[in-house]
Amino acid sequence: MIAVLIISAYLSLLLILGVISSRFFKGTAADYFLASRGIGPFFLLMSLFGTTMTAFALVGSTGASFKDGIGIYGKMASWSGIIHSACFFLVGIKLWSFGKRFGYTTQIQFFRDRFESDKIGLLLFPILVGLVIPYLLIGVMGAGTTVEKVTAGAFPGLFPGSGSGPTAVAPGAIPFWLGSGVVCVVVLVYVFFGGVRGTAWANALQTIVFIVLGFVTFFVIADKLGGVKEATRIVQRDNPDKLRRTVRDDDPLTRFKGDHAVYEKRLALWEAKTEGQRTVAPTPPVRPHGIGHLQFLSYLFIPLSVGMFPHLFQHWLTARSAKSFRLSVIMHPLLIMIVWVPCVLLGIWATSAVIDGRPVIPFGFSNPNAVLGKLVVVMTSPTLGGLLTAGILAAIMSSLDSQFLCLGSIFTNDIASHYLARDRLTDRQKVMIGRVFVVVIVLVTYLIGSFAKPRGVFTLGVWCFSGFASLFPLVFAAVYWKRATKFGAYACVLAAAGTWLWLFAQSGFGANRSFLFLNMMPVATMVAASTFALVVVSLLTPAPSKATMDKFFSTRRLSGAARQS
Amino acid sequence: MKRLVYGLIILLAVLHHDWWWWDDSETLLLGFVPIGLAYHAAVSLTAALLWALAVKYCWPTDLGADDKTPAALPEGGRS
Repeated sequence: MIAVLIISAYLSLLLILGVISSRFFKGTAADYFLASRGIGPFFLLMSLFGTTMTAFALVGSTGASFKDGIGIYGKMASWSGIIHSACFFLVGIKLWSFGKRFGYTTQIQFFRDRFESDKIGLLLFPILVGLVIPYLLIGVMGAGTTVEKVTAGAFPGLFPGSGSGPTAVAPGAIPFWLGSGVVCVVVLVYVFFGGVRGTAWANALQTIVFIVLGFVTFFVIADKLGGVKEATRIVQRDNPDKLRRTVRDDDPLTRFKGDHAVYEKRLALWEAKTEGQRTVAPTPPVRPHGIGHLQFLSYLFIPLSVGMFPHLFQHWLTARSAKSFRLSVIMHPLLIMIVWVPCVLLGIWATSAVIDGRPVIPFGFSNPNAVLGKLVVVMTSPTLGGLLTAGILAAIMSSLDSQFLCLGSIFTNDIASHYLARDRLTDRQKVMIGRVFVVVIVLVTYLIGSFAKPRGVFTLGVWCFSGFASLFPLVFAAVYWKRATKFGAYACVLAAAGTWLWLFAQSGFGANRSFLFLNMMPVATMVAASTFALVVVSLLTPAPSKATMDKFFSTRRLSGAARQS
Repeated sequence: MKRLVYGLIILLAVLHHDWWWWDDSETLLLGFVPIGLAYHAAVSLTAALLWALAVKYCWPTDLGADDKTPAALPEGGRS
């Protein structure tokens, strides 16, 4: 019950923040979608960090290190520290500058101008929206599941529970549809009333919440395990493969052997049943196998996705000045380290931690993403459990809000205003349409996530990131390569989409979660293909007009334009 | 200085691939952080330091006017 109270208090705080931020709303489209380009360094840092760090930063990183060891930090976190800041510095500041100078609100507006093609928006629109939607569904479904698990037993009179096996809903738990619905409503309120300013404020609060709570959880659990040195010593003794990126022949593999013993018992029980009684056969645990060098290296391509995230583009444009980026460029790698290192340590400790002779995470525990929650339930108080849940929801909502708003912005500015109304909408109409779109997008996402429950969507996470990363050459060339042409841009997008679809099919449409192509993450091939298509086709087709080259690449002209204004 | 800073960032990206710690589970930093993890945490710290140098020495020179002037054109671009 204490968890419900803490979550309720936290969500109420966000609602209050949304109402307060709405009092600063100036009623214009520029204010709703871009906060009148007035976000300062601190809020920009919090927005960018909160948006790029999903619940994966807390829950997924702990689960991934539990499953595969410390290598997850090098694969995802330290690469992100280098590449994200590079994207902010090399791409974000340039796009902010173009956005301010030429009045852009969305990526598509920029690409239409830069590539002298009105129709490129019609090609990019379904791709960008299609890649954001699974990402949204993951957030909504993650929120519903988190609330359902944490509130088990809270309201036995209201919710009797249902089902059996791994998908069972415990008696008294707030059901999935209600938990995800409440989270959607809270996000909707502060996005609807506060626009991107409400989003930035909420993200600042949420980012602070999940950083602080991650730290508190780490120290409390470390203390319960007998201190940090003892916790690591036990891993060295029982599961040393989790402390490196190889598996040796003489490794004890205590966790794997324990999991396998449980699997054999479950299999024997399953085989003892008659054909009619049998449900799904138990799956054997995967033997630890280390990380290949090419696979590790190819992870560098995944964080390039931030260069093409439409929601990050929108946050970049909200900056008050180019100088506002400085704090984000410098602090982003540090914040990643602060959040990820404790979570990765908790994950490896969880493989071997024992209390009263029993493993804290029982053998046969098949859901790595539930490891952090399990550690908190077993080793901390209900109050910290409630607070950590608020932190997990904060991480989810700080990404959801920006994605909802950016889709509303794309639908309003690119589809409704430009393609349908031929740029004749008034400012007030844009704000109204933007809000309507946000409501519709939240509603549709909620209905799909809560009732259709496309469970396979969780496997799409890395594929969404890969899709955005495969379009990175487009934005980089648009900003830095004068010779990049309209046809080169089309070729780049089509090559990215084509290789994405082909490799996605090769992976069994995401079913093979450890799918590699040429021993690398598929994203490496996608980026190579889209870059090759962009360069070759651009060189074979006529260069952009002099007017466009002057507009985007002539510093002399830019200085003159700035002086006139 | 600009080339040096960008060169150091590229060098950091190269050094990210730490095959020398790949198989080491014995060495611990401060008695509890596995060396492979400690090294990559140091990569994150170094990244922050190098990006701070980039902000100081590689800051785009053609943004000065944009930083001081308000947005002059209507929202939505011109095409």
